[in-house]
Amino acid sequence: MAIEVRGVNKSFGSTPVLSDVSVDVRSGALTALLGPSGGGKSTLLRVIAGLEQPDSGTVRISGVDATRLSPQRRNVGFVFQHYAAFKHLTVFRNVAFGLEIRKRPGAEIRRRVRELLELVHLEQFADRYPHQLSGGQRQRMALARALAVEPEVLLLDEPFGALDAQVRRELRTWLRRLHDEVHVTTVFVTHDQEEAIEVADDLVLLADGRVKQAGRPHVLYDDPADTFVMSFLGPVTRLDGQLVRPHDLELSVDPVPAGVPATVSRVVRLGFEVRVELVVDGQEAYAQVTRRTADRLGLDPGAPVYVRRSPEARGAAVAAG
Amino acid sequence: MTRVALRAVALTYLALLLVLPVGLIVWRTFGAGLGPFVDSLTTPSALHAFGVTVVVAFWAVLANTLFGVGVSLLLVRHSFPGKRLLGAFIDLPMAVSPVVVGLALVLVYGVGSPLGRGLASAGIQVIFSIPGMVLATVFVALPLVVRAVVPVLQELGEDQEQAAHTLGASRWQAFRRITLPGIRGALGYGVVLAIARSLGEYGAVAVVSGRLVDRTQTMTLFVEERFGNFDQQSAFSAATALALIAIVILLLTKVLRPKGAV
Repeated sequence: MAIEVRGVNKSFGSTPVLSDVSVDVRSGALTALLGPSGGGKSTLLRVIAGLEQPDSGTVRISGVDATRLSPQRRNVGFVFQHYAAFKHLTVFRNVAFGLEIRKRPGAEIRRRVRELLELVHLEQFADRYPHQLSGGQRQRMALARALAVEPEVLLLDEPFGALDAQVRRELRTWLRRLHDEVHVTTVFVTHDQEEAIEVADDLVLLADGRVKQAGRPHVLYDDPADTFVMSFLGPVTRLDGQLVRPHDLELSVDPVPAGVPATVSRVVRLGFEVRVELVVDGQEAYAQVTRRTADRLGLDPGAPVYVRRSPEARGAAVAAG
Repeated sequence: MTRVALRAVALTYLALLLVLPVGLIVWRTFGAGLGPFVDSLTTPSALHAFGVTVVVAFWAVLANTLFGVGVSLLLVRHSFPGKRLLGAFIDLPMAVSPVVVGLALVLVYGVGSPLGRGLASAGIQVIFSIPGMVLATVFVALPLVVRAVVPVLQELGEDQEQAAHTLGASRWQAFRRITLPGIRGALGYGVVLAIARSLGEYGAVAVVSGRLVDRTQTMTLFVEERFGNFDQQSAFSAATALALIAIVILLLTKVLRPKGAV
């Protein structure tokens, strides 16, 4: 394990932010700390980096107890949500900062910085200042700066949080490819479950300062530990007192085994998929079906249908709390 | 119409309060040509007063710069019990009359107090001597650097310093390479204000210096003493010199001030 967090507790004043948090991060993997805002994920990342001290518990990085080490000695790369660019230094000097601190020879610094700027596609911006860059470019510069010191682990705090949706999507695809190239153990914080599922090898879902579930994204999606995990990771609807994924619901015009009678209240066509809103036993629910299925069934508001959880559905249903 | 009227009022106000008195001093100074101006400023007493002013201002500004940056970092980057109280104390010199400051220093460091007697027996004379004058000047110019640096330090935030730490920088390295360049403009502005205040200080220095001619007399004390002795040429020449220095400093602050401010 590249990072082992054991029994970490942390409070700000009387507010507990992390409660008995234990997390393992695999070497070389891209792990997402996912959760709603205020869930403690940024604090956990800062505890790993040494920017916050835990009240109790330990943090081991590459097998070494780092709990009492200063951030200066942990050899972690940290990327801040708002870039933390050194405003008075050029892009080149920003990236070179860690190497200059380590007193590496000038020729080596120039070579290494050039390599990194190529890696993040900023080679022609070496002499610019941060305020002359776009948000996405600044974040890539911050990433190159963190990678320059060859950190044991790379920590990213909501790295794309301050960017607009388009750039955000581009950068996360790029981050995934970069990680496949560089292979440094990476932990990133996000509140966007789509981003986490798309980019990460492993997920750690944190809420209210506790780890709700950790594992591969598809495991958390298909086999959630509780209703919270289930509803956080994807769309859910209620059927028969259970939480199910709307795309796991099967509709038919004729009665089927285990089928529950329902009435269609609204049909919303969203491009290739169709959202069918239903009333089941006086309760609202909805199913997500393909356009073809919707056309075949000829669904219209007011039509009676039978609805059941598809027998082939991979995802579990969880008793609604 | 109102705009024109407002402008006229503002200009008249400035003219009566500032332009006319300063203009008159300059006119009186150079009324008999440049010769008397130079002569009266190159007398041994005038040169000595100028020297004392520079020495006192130098040490006071140096102390206030170091202390100002330190206290600013303490106030912005750390939380501790009594922080608000410290913040309030920093502004105290703005509220207290310099004469009171001078008297208070005499009470603490004069030969009437145990501390003053102790220092005197160790061969250090504070009151009626340069150290006391430096103390008084430090006190009155205390808030200037702090109040200039604190808002910029707050706006700068902690992220850049923390980024420097994760990249391997020690506290000192992060301060020197990241924080200091970030507050350079504000610090320069605060230092220039502190210089201006230190050169022009009168009240507190008047009390602690004992106004000993050719020993503890600063430029401002020199002006007052010459004027009192009906040597108007020297008084006006020194006053003009002080005003010229102030104008140069004022121009410096315009250069150093953060862009966009008036």
